[in-house]
Amino acid sequence: MNLLSQPDFVIIAVGALVGIASSLLGSFLVLRKNSMLADAISHSILLGIVLVFLITKNQFSPFFILGAALIGVLTVFLTELIVKTGRVKNDAAIGLVYPFLFAIAVVLINVFARNVHIDTDAVLLGEIGFSWINTVQIAGFSVAKALVSMFLVTLLNLVFVVLFYKELKLATFDPGLAAALGFSPSFIFYSLLSLTSVTAVVAFDAVGAVLLVSFIIVPPSAAYLLTDKLWKMLFYGAIISLGSSLLGYMSAVALNVSIGGMMASFTGIFFILAFLFSPKYGLLAQEIRRKSLEEENTARTLTVHLYNHENKETSDEECRIEALDSHLRWSKEKIDKVLSYSLDKGLIRKELNNSLLQLTTKGRVYAQEVLEPWSNI
Amino acid sequence: MTEFIAFFSDFSLRNVALGAALLGITSGVLGSFTLLRQQSLLGDALSHAALPGVALGFIISGSRSLLPIMIGALISAAAAAVLMTLIINRSRLKTDAALGIVLSTFFAFGLVLLTYIGHQNNAGQAGLNTFLFGQAASILPSDVWLMFAVTLISILLVSVFWKEFKIVTFDRGFAASLGFNVLWLEFTMTIMIALAIVIGLQMVGVVLMAAMLIAPAAAARQWVKTLEHMILVSALFGALSGLIGALISATGKGLATGPLIVIAASIIVLISLLFAPERGLLKEALNRRKNNKQLRQDHILLALYNLAKEHNDPEYKSEIGMIKSFYHHDPSKLLKDLESQGLVYTVEHMKEEGKHWVLSNKGYQDAKQIWQDIGGSQ
Amino acid sequence: MADKLNKQTHEPDLALHVEDLTVSYASKPVLWDIDLNIPPGVLAAIVGPNGAGKSTLIKTVLGLIKPTAGHVYIHGKSYKQQMSQVAYVPQRNSVDWDFPTTSLDIVTMGLYGKLGWLKRPGKKEKKQAMHALEQVAMESFAHRQISQLSGGQQQRVFLARALVQEANIYFMDEPMAGVDATTERAIINILKELRSQGKTLIIVHHDLQTVQNYFDWMVLLNVRILAQGPVKDVYTAENLAAAYGNQFALLNNMQISKETNGSNHENL
Repeated sequence: MNLLSQPDFVIIAVGALVGIASSLLGSFLVLRKNSMLADAISHSILLGIVLVFLITKNQFSPFFILGAALIGVLTVFLTELIVKTGRVKNDAAIGLVYPFLFAIAVVLINVFARNVHIDTDAVLLGEIGFSWINTVQIAGFSVAKALVSMFLVTLLNLVFVVLFYKELKLATFDPGLAAALGFSPSFIFYSLLSLTSVTAVVAFDAVGAVLLVSFIIVPPSAAYLLTDKLWKMLFYGAIISLGSSLLGYMSAVALNVSIGGMMASFTGIFFILAFLFSPKYGLLAQEIRRKSLEEENTARTLTVHLYNHENKETSDEECRIEALDSHLRWSKEKIDKVLSYSLDKGLIRKELNNSLLQLTTKGRVYAQEVLEPWSNI
Repeated sequence: MTEFIAFFSDFSLRNVALGAALLGITSGVLGSFTLLRQQSLLGDALSHAALPGVALGFIISGSRSLLPIMIGALISAAAAAVLMTLIINRSRLKTDAALGIVLSTFFAFGLVLLTYIGHQNNAGQAGLNTFLFGQAASILPSDVWLMFAVTLISILLVSVFWKEFKIVTFDRGFAASLGFNVLWLEFTMTIMIALAIVIGLQMVGVVLMAAMLIAPAAAARQWVKTLEHMILVSALFGALSGLIGALISATGKGLATGPLIVIAASIIVLISLLFAPERGLLKEALNRRKNNKQLRQDHILLALYNLAKEHNDPEYKSEIGMIKSFYHHDPSKLLKDLESQGLVYTVEHMKEEGKHWVLSNKGYQDAKQIWQDIGGSQ
Repeated sequence: MADKLNKQTHEPDLALHVEDLTVSYASKPVLWDIDLNIPPGVLAAIVGPNGAGKSTLIKTVLGLIKPTAGHVYIHGKSYKQQMSQVAYVPQRNSVDWDFPTTSLDIVTMGLYGKLGWLKRPGKKEKKQAMHALEQVAMESFAHRQISQLSGGQQQRVFLARALVQEANIYFMDEPMAGVDATTERAIINILKELRSQGKTLIIVHHDLQTVQNYFDWMVLLNVRILAQGPVKDVYTAENLAAAYGNQFALLNNMQISKETNGSNHENL
């Protein structure tokens, strides 16, 4: 048995490829604030699968790709059509269209139960654990079918993103400019969503509709918290997908639980890690920055306060240490801290028996930076 | 008719029909608020996010009884709502991403828990099926009582805090400026939605629950002018969808109840969007047609009026080619319409030149008025 | 007027007294050390460039945003104590006008605060609301869907909702943004009428050209307060340049020379 049909490898590789293929496209959906379209498409695609099944009566047919793409486009088209009437808002329109298409699909499965051998559970969940069973012969090697198809889809998405990188970027960040320059943003958008549908239909056996949503949305979201560069976001999304697949499989085997569920859960764990510990946007970093800025900002507020009352008749009252308590509503502790910080940095000096506070030249500049930013230009 | 009565004497069908109607009422009432607060997909996210709680309910209680599962689902959905708020407020991600993240990862984790139970006993698999697609047929009278209780609590809360929910839904900032505790009210609404979801899971399943919170409210919005009516109509549509779904499913063709309820609700939405008396698209199309026709007629009258003015003759006989040069399209049909309204009449000016058109007295006055309305000079 | 000004150092005599207010979003200050005194009975404009913190200032005064430092007094007491004396008109586009209800119902919402929790508005409240609609000449639209109102009519409904509160001090966020000329005139007449009844009006205003005609008090804001006082003292090229910085160079020649020479203060 070679590596390409060896179960452990196949499962991990298929999981990673599903993740990479999905997050490549998902990055743009997250940036366009259309994440929930991924949810809609991955559900409504069931209708495409059922219809193609009923028409071709074939388990393995290239028409699935076509059907999926069409249903994906139809979902988005119907949603936009409803929004255009002005009677229903965007989020509600999504929530009207995809459950309707999904419900029709389930009823069709019920009605043609004998012709359609679709296990409804598998539709929502998939079973990546079986992805190694069906194999094809390629150059004398036995290769898992799922691996081949996921590889091709990943390649397709990669080629799309690389070829249209500039257009995708422009259509995502500035649709108006894209349109003005002649790249139709809606053509790019529909292409993106068609590919999402194709990815969904190919990945269906492996991970199912709901788990696919986590592969499309979660790695790009985590990556978005880690970088400001688009290409890096795509790259980090791929790394997170790979990591989720690997760790998800290992822990699922160890605990004897759903493999796909565990892989998707790991995308969530990576997201939480990014949300907490991202060097720039993480909660921890925000907190540390807030703490250090708080000290600086308090000192700045003090200089601004003194600057505002400098050389006015109220300055005797306002520029006293007592005023910080009664006017700025600062605690004794906070006042002590800010005074020692500001004296240390040479922003203020004390006068008249230490009760009157005065700005130094440096302190005045400090205040002016806030108040008259243009004076330095 | 006897068949109809037989339906209702059927014990299990009665439970299903009652349960479906109760679910429709609850989600119709609560969905109206989420729709107007533009949080329609919150229900979608929370229903998926309830899965880990459902699984924990199994594990801890060791049974399939509804109450521990409900409590678990409620806690899990509430945790999801908190996490979502945290992501939206404290990261650069927007609502859509927060919904998607919470929806899919909670669901995945719930799946892991369920497969874990599945290896201990068989309840896991059965529970999962129920959770995904609902299992209306297995509804017991005790479940119906629970649904009834949830419906009653929802209606009670909405009617007691009617004015508060209304003002928070319409204008959050203004409500806060009046001293209402906005956070508390929003939290209550979210918990109520989680409750509705929990009873809906048994009936229609996780995927279709989203539609239950959106479709009846979206349909109701098209027919009404006040929030009171919206809630009533929405509850009615919800109950109607529930009943239709339950009855069709009971015809014994092996059709699942949940999808039928959702299809019924979706058809009600479609009908409402098209045929609602004031907001309906049909009405809009008719209005537009009427307005366009009026506009074209005004155009012709103006053409005749201007020709008459140019020639200092209110009864100037205009030849059709001249009118065309003003109007740019073929005016003959419109002229006939105007003639039937008594605004213009025809004369034979000279035999070889065919019919000529003249403004009637009334037509002249009308045209003059239009001319002045659009600010034309005297 | 002069009488009022002399008393402004004493807190309870001020309609609004803000001391050393600093507000920051995510550790970035939006308002720095604001000291603000507005005497009662004036029609005051808060003016400043985009992003100057005008709306933030109003929302902080109303307790909708928590400040990092400083405090706010309304007629010498905190907002919570004076809530019944304060009316608020948010920006018109901050709500969804497709909400299913009538103009009358929106105006009735102005009375919800006085009703308190649980009590429902009745006949008396409806009558009050109707009266407020009459004041803004919208009584014939009382039972009209709010989604069918024009922008100007929506703004009048919002104004009526504030009127029905029968407050002493009114805060309005850009009430004249995007309304037609007739509505703008109607609104300013109502504001002046309220002022003549001794009410205080504090209005976020975006249009520098009309400040002199409409208002008698002016606060120039750009993250901090640049000037405050009677319009005739504050509305100077120097102050405006300080508030608008570089943007002002563009406005300067077009407006100010015309405004300062041409306007006759007929309405003050």
